[in-house]
Amino acid sequence: MSTEKKSNKKKNRTIMRSVILLLLVAAIGYTIYNSVTADEVEVLKVGDAAPDFTLTDLDGETHKLSDYEGQGVFLNFWGTWCEPCIKEMPAMASQFEVYEDQGVQVLAVNIAQSNFEVETFARQYGLNFPIVIDRDKSVMTAYNIRPLPTTMLVNPQGEIQRIVTGEMTEQDIAGFMEEIKPE
Amino acid sequence: MDKLICKCGHENPPGTILCESCGRPLNEQEQDKKLADMRYEGTARRSQTYNKSIIDKIWNFFSSVKVGVGIIIILLIAAALGTILPQKQYVPATTEADIEAYYTDIYGSVGTVYHALGFHDLYNSFWFISLVGMLAISLIIASLDRFVPLYKSLKNQRVLRHSSFMHKQRIVAEGPGDADTLKKAEEKLTGLKYKVSTDKNGLLAEKGRFSRWGPYVNHIGLIIFLFGVMLRMMPGFYVDETLWIREGETRAIPDAPGYVLESKGFTLETYTGEGEEEKFGEAIDRVGTVAKNYQTDVVLYKIPEGALPGDTADMEVVEEHAIRVNQPFKFDGYALYQMDFQQDELKTMSFELQNKETSESRGELTIDLVNPETTYELEDGSVVELLGYYPDFSGFENGEPQTATPLPKNPGFLVKMTTPDTPDGETSFITIQNTVEPLGDNDYKLAFQGVETRDASGLTVRKDRTLPILGLGGLIFMIGVAQGMYFNHRRFWIQQQADGSILLAGHTNKNWFGLKKDLDQVTEHASLPTYRDQQEDMEAQEKREGEQLT
Repeated sequence: MSTEKKSNKKKNRTIMRSVILLLLVAAIGYTIYNSVTADEVEVLKVGDAAPDFTLTDLDGETHKLSDYEGQGVFLNFWGTWCEPCIKEMPAMASQFEVYEDQGVQVLAVNIAQSNFEVETFARQYGLNFPIVIDRDKSVMTAYNIRPLPTTMLVNPQGEIQRIVTGEMTEQDIAGFMEEIKPE
Repeated sequence: MDKLICKCGHENPPGTILCESCGRPLNEQEQDKKLADMRYEGTARRSQTYNKSIIDKIWNFFSSVKVGVGIIIILLIAAALGTILPQKQYVPATTEADIEAYYTDIYGSVGTVYHALGFHDLYNSFWFISLVGMLAISLIIASLDRFVPLYKSLKNQRVLRHSSFMHKQRIVAEGPGDADTLKKAEEKLTGLKYKVSTDKNGLLAEKGRFSRWGPYVNHIGLIIFLFGVMLRMMPGFYVDETLWIREGETRAIPDAPGYVLESKGFTLETYTGEGEEEKFGEAIDRVGTVAKNYQTDVVLYKIPEGALPGDTADMEVVEEHAIRVNQPFKFDGYALYQMDFQQDELKTMSFELQNKETSESRGELTIDLVNPETTYELEDGSVVELLGYYPDFSGFENGEPQTATPLPKNPGFLVKMTTPDTPDGETSFITIQNTVEPLGDNDYKLAFQGVETRDASGLTVRKDRTLPILGLGGLIFMIGVAQGMYFNHRRFWIQQQADGSILLAGHTNKNWFGLKKDLDQVTEHASLPTYRDQQEDMEAQEKREGEQLT
């Protein structure tokens, strides 16, 4: 056998083996990537388009997220049993007064509680922003909300600007509203 | 390394043990052996021949059966470690910090170490998946490395083999023969369903070659199976979620976009021991109650195409269904299983408005704990007004009643009662155990009358698109096993030498008894010389030598 033929064969062998190994390693790498990020795959990430939804507030008015395009939306998921949720509500109300005219909308999404509880709460705390009730938890499911409170900051382009879990101070809230207010 | 040139002139790839053409042993070690190593037909395992570049070295590593077995052992040990303490998904905690605390609290320092080492989520850890992946690589490469040369060798095998090859087979016969011996042998072997090919003065009879592919077929099955398991981690292929739904509730089904479920009711039936069930009477007396049926009656809705989450106005009923244990509700690739239940959660509470002194009733009211109303108008102008409702009252904070959860486990009500006697109204805070009158003594009270309850169903939402793939992998695996186990590759080489004598050799990959039975028939029909089993001869000799020594 000539040396040329021999070196060709050797080259082919190396290429063949490299390709097979590379494919296998890629498959394993992809699997590991998927498993490590498994928890986050379904959860929304910063930069994703905020899933559109439509819910009705206490006055019977319908709020559709996409109707607020061009405005920043401060989307707060809460319940009356959640202590930090209750604590941040008055701060949200007072900052809403400041930022409403600058194009920031606050939407508080209550998780499947009764009208009575939500109404009583809103009256008691003098809440000035619309509160919608997610009766079948479909919006909660769509946003994959686990802990309460969770706040999704939606920028004027309809993308998620920031995801906040846990209690926010009034200062935090002011900062976040500044972030999502239209130019 | 250079090609090995056999005495017969055939060029063999480096590493070959037995000449591909004539079967002569090609190295001294093999020449000294009494029986030839026929496992891969004496071919060169490809990886052993080249060991130059880094790619070759990696390839060789995975080609080794020892490495493969090593990976399997490590995997077994690792998988066993994961069963010592419960995995994190079976721990009653949701946040990372809670999970960590749980292991320490329940299992002490062992639990702390277990969690620190990451064993609480072992099967999803990158190193465990890497090991499974390495096993897959090992399966593929080791198979390729052996299958290709074996296939080539069996495809190109020659009829005539060198006498040294024949003599090194386990079954050998040598002796005088007649002019028609080969012809008669061919006749009989064909009758026994052997494929016979002849060349000059020899014949090769072969049967069941496909049995040799068994191990490779079952490796293909395993690879498909592993591929199916890998797919489970891709979004959309596998869903395993829990959905708690209470009677009367309507809930979006997690990870099933567009589907909404309503619970019409949960039923737990037990055996009564009466009528037809009388025969169970004794068993029921012994153990108390025996459950007969766990059932959730549901209505499945679908939100129309293009409708948004939360837009329930145009929901369409898909189906009404009863979900029972082991009888899941299947739709659109999803299955809902009855997994758990919780009975007798509070649903409504009834009270009577009574004058404390005279016990005179001003009428009754029922508060729906799921959806309470603001005012309850009673007889003769009495009104009970609900000022506050705390479904799971947990105490006061800054004078404010608090609720721990949204579920009516321990309802507390702040009410204002107005009657014609007390037109200004009286305020009372009522919980199940206790009534507080924060603004002074009242004339009237709400006397507890009764409750209605409802049940909650714990359903599992599951979708598994990988099952057909896993099934296919399992089927191919079993075909491979059957192929390798229940069929044998049997071969006979017969040659009539120049002096008219017969030289015969026989080989099978398993079941030598069956091979000998075939050969007995051929020997009888064609009057072949008597064969001997060289391995049995060797064993018998070793035994004799052993006995002499003792």
